[in-house]
Amino acid sequence: MTDKQLPDTNIQTPGSQEQESNPDLARRHFFKRLGMVGATGVAATTGVSVAVEATKTEPSWGGSSFMDAMGDLFQDHYTRMSDEEMTEALDRIKRKAKRKFGIDIHCEDTKPMPDTYFGYALNLSKCRGYRECVEGCIRENNQGRDSQVQYIRVLEMDEGDSNLEHSEHYYDPATVPVKGKYYLPVQCQQCDNAPCVKACPVEATWMDKDGIVVIDYNWCIGCRMCMSACPYWARHFNWTEPQIAAEDLNPNTNYLGNRPRMKGVVEKCHFCTQRTRKGRQPACMEACPTGARVFGNLLDPDSEIRWILENKTVFRLKEELGTEPKFWYFTDEARART
Amino acid sequence: MKIFFAFIVDGMKTAFRGGALYYLWMSFLLFLMGITAWNYFFQLRDGLVITGLSDQVSWGFYIANFAFFVGIAAAGVLLTVPAYIFHRKEVKSVVVIGEAMALSAVVVSMGFVAVDIGRIDRAWHVIPGLGKFNWPHSMLAWDIVVLNGYLFLNLFIPMYILFKHYQGKEAPIRKYFFWVVITCFWAISIHTVTAWLLSSNVARPFWHTSLMAPRFISSAFTAGPALMIIILQLVRRYTDYPVSQGVIKMLAIIMAIAMQISLYFVAAELFTDFYFEGAHAASMHYLFLGLDGFDGLKSWIWTSVALNLTALVLLMVHKTRNNMVTLNIACVLGFIGIWIEKGMGLVVTGFIPTPLGEIFEYTPTLRELGVSVGIYAIGAFIFTILVKVAIEIELGRIGKHKNINQGVGNASELDEMTTAKTVTVST
Repeated sequence: MTDKQLPDTNIQTPGSQEQESNPDLARRHFFKRLGMVGATGVAATTGVSVAVEATKTEPSWGGSSFMDAMGDLFQDHYTRMSDEEMTEALDRIKRKAKRKFGIDIHCEDTKPMPDTYFGYALNLSKCRGYRECVEGCIRENNQGRDSQVQYIRVLEMDEGDSNLEHSEHYYDPATVPVKGKYYLPVQCQQCDNAPCVKACPVEATWMDKDGIVVIDYNWCIGCRMCMSACPYWARHFNWTEPQIAAEDLNPNTNYLGNRPRMKGVVEKCHFCTQRTRKGRQPACMEACPTGARVFGNLLDPDSEIRWILENKTVFRLKEELGTEPKFWYFTDEARART
Repeated sequence: MKIFFAFIVDGMKTAFRGGALYYLWMSFLLFLMGITAWNYFFQLRDGLVITGLSDQVSWGFYIANFAFFVGIAAAGVLLTVPAYIFHRKEVKSVVVIGEAMALSAVVVSMGFVAVDIGRIDRAWHVIPGLGKFNWPHSMLAWDIVVLNGYLFLNLFIPMYILFKHYQGKEAPIRKYFFWVVITCFWAISIHTVTAWLLSSNVARPFWHTSLMAPRFISSAFTAGPALMIIILQLVRRYTDYPVSQGVIKMLAIIMAIAMQISLYFVAAELFTDFYFEGAHAASMHYLFLGLDGFDGLKSWIWTSVALNLTALVLLMVHKTRNNMVTLNIACVLGFIGIWIEKGMGLVVTGFIPTPLGEIFEYTPTLRELGVSVGIYAIGAFIFTILVKVAIEIELGRIGKHKNINQGVGNASELDEMTTAKTVTVST
């Protein structure tokens, strides 16, 4: 119901039609954008001049009013906030976005759905290394563009080798897939026994009822303990204020999700809480042109992900660490039925 | 209460009095703190982007120094044990200097954590009750508990003793002996927890070794006495406080033993990683030999090996250990050697390669070093004041009792004395 009222900025995938027929074009398209992002990045790092100019007419206090700055400073932990306090917090987020981007964003606190426990499966036979998921994720989740935060890293692997240390992180051939290579996308594995959650000194990150490991960006103190703890390199830090062009901002946001972040806090993939908690697909799955990605409710026996777990040979990354990821990899090869 | 107030006021007064050399030294430290303030301003404004850190190497110079100085703090109790447990008289007189070193080092290590966190404005989130404290799960939460506890122990025990002496009374040992024992165990705990902060991460094979905490303790008991030996000589030179040569000899022997153990542990790690090189040896390979053409820390760690081995030889040969010149050389070499090995050598290497196999190197920026320099200075500043006040009380120059030396609160005389000392030093 709420889905209808919300503007969905993310359905637009102009490149998705041509991608399948011409992966090269899609790839170039992607890198061109990265290049543009890089250029603005240079401008931004030469000083905070960009941010300063944008807020010149605004009061100080980091681009927000004194009251908002104080409200942010004394904001309580997510689990301890009353409904009223949450409403105020959401209003502050909206006001801040308005000041920074000049845009009216929607921000809500979407709770987990009942009887839902999310899992993800990825078909390595289908992944062709286009990195459309990476781009779709960035568009959806409002990552800093000049800081190039990416929740998904696609590794180019040699056939016959699954040693991550031999992987190529920054592959850039004329066309993908390259012969003799396969592609391994890695993102937050939403561990059931998450080392990052255990490591956080202030409980700024925890596993929600639907199995998603979320972060309260307003509670994170930026100690980066979780980044040291994560075996999947899924956590990313805002080393500076994230810069996003106003027209690139996704205004449809969630508190424990894609709302604009501030400098000095950690973020990561949250299975697109703003979408999946309303029954929609995560952005990376929607962006994938090959259908390699399968997201779903592990508690639903009729879900596609359950079918995969029951019928395919699956594996999880670094299972020996005991982190119990809810992210499985599989191939088209079906398992022999007994 | 009134006397306690006078104790504090007299202490403050003493901190502001001193000769030209004292003022020069303190101004220099204040200048360094100014450098930190200036550089930290940029870090607050722009974020940690001003450092050389990245998502790949997310801890660097700050945390390396944090780990190292927790070790120095732990080593502060090295004088407490012989003084109070084995009742060695000549050690007892300098135990307060060890405690001052422990206190200052804790402040330094906390300072390094403070500048490392991204949201200092949210530091209150770690206050139990007020914030939300992930205890007992998070090792960082444990570290906050043990470091603060250690800070208070090293603040209140010497304060109690000095306050008694200030009143011309004996401080009865039975009243605080319990707390002294607690402090000794607590010292081991602060460094163990700091080691576990690293070794608890299954994601980082380089750190994920049970030898981490023993290594930390042994290297702390190497670098700690090294610093202490030099400090005691400085105290002897610049004040008229008696520092027995016996204490320095004892510390040199502790250092000689701890250095052997420390290097033995390193060798044990090297064997395990290199005998049959698995994927978990990648970080060690990067550190000592370089990996895929990246070898940013190679010369750094080999320097440390050379320094430590030289120091070891100087410490193990009786002649060179008992000669103050060669002992001092050993102390300086060993201190720097350990600082490299368990500082950047240990912390940064854990991040290379990343859990996804990426090799991304780290070099601290000038800004980062600029932020750091004043944190050392804060430690030296606090230490100087603590030791100065403690010595004045111990020598009976300030206090509320009959046997007080002449010239109580007589600044000019103190000045003369310090200047006289300075002259002797320079001649």
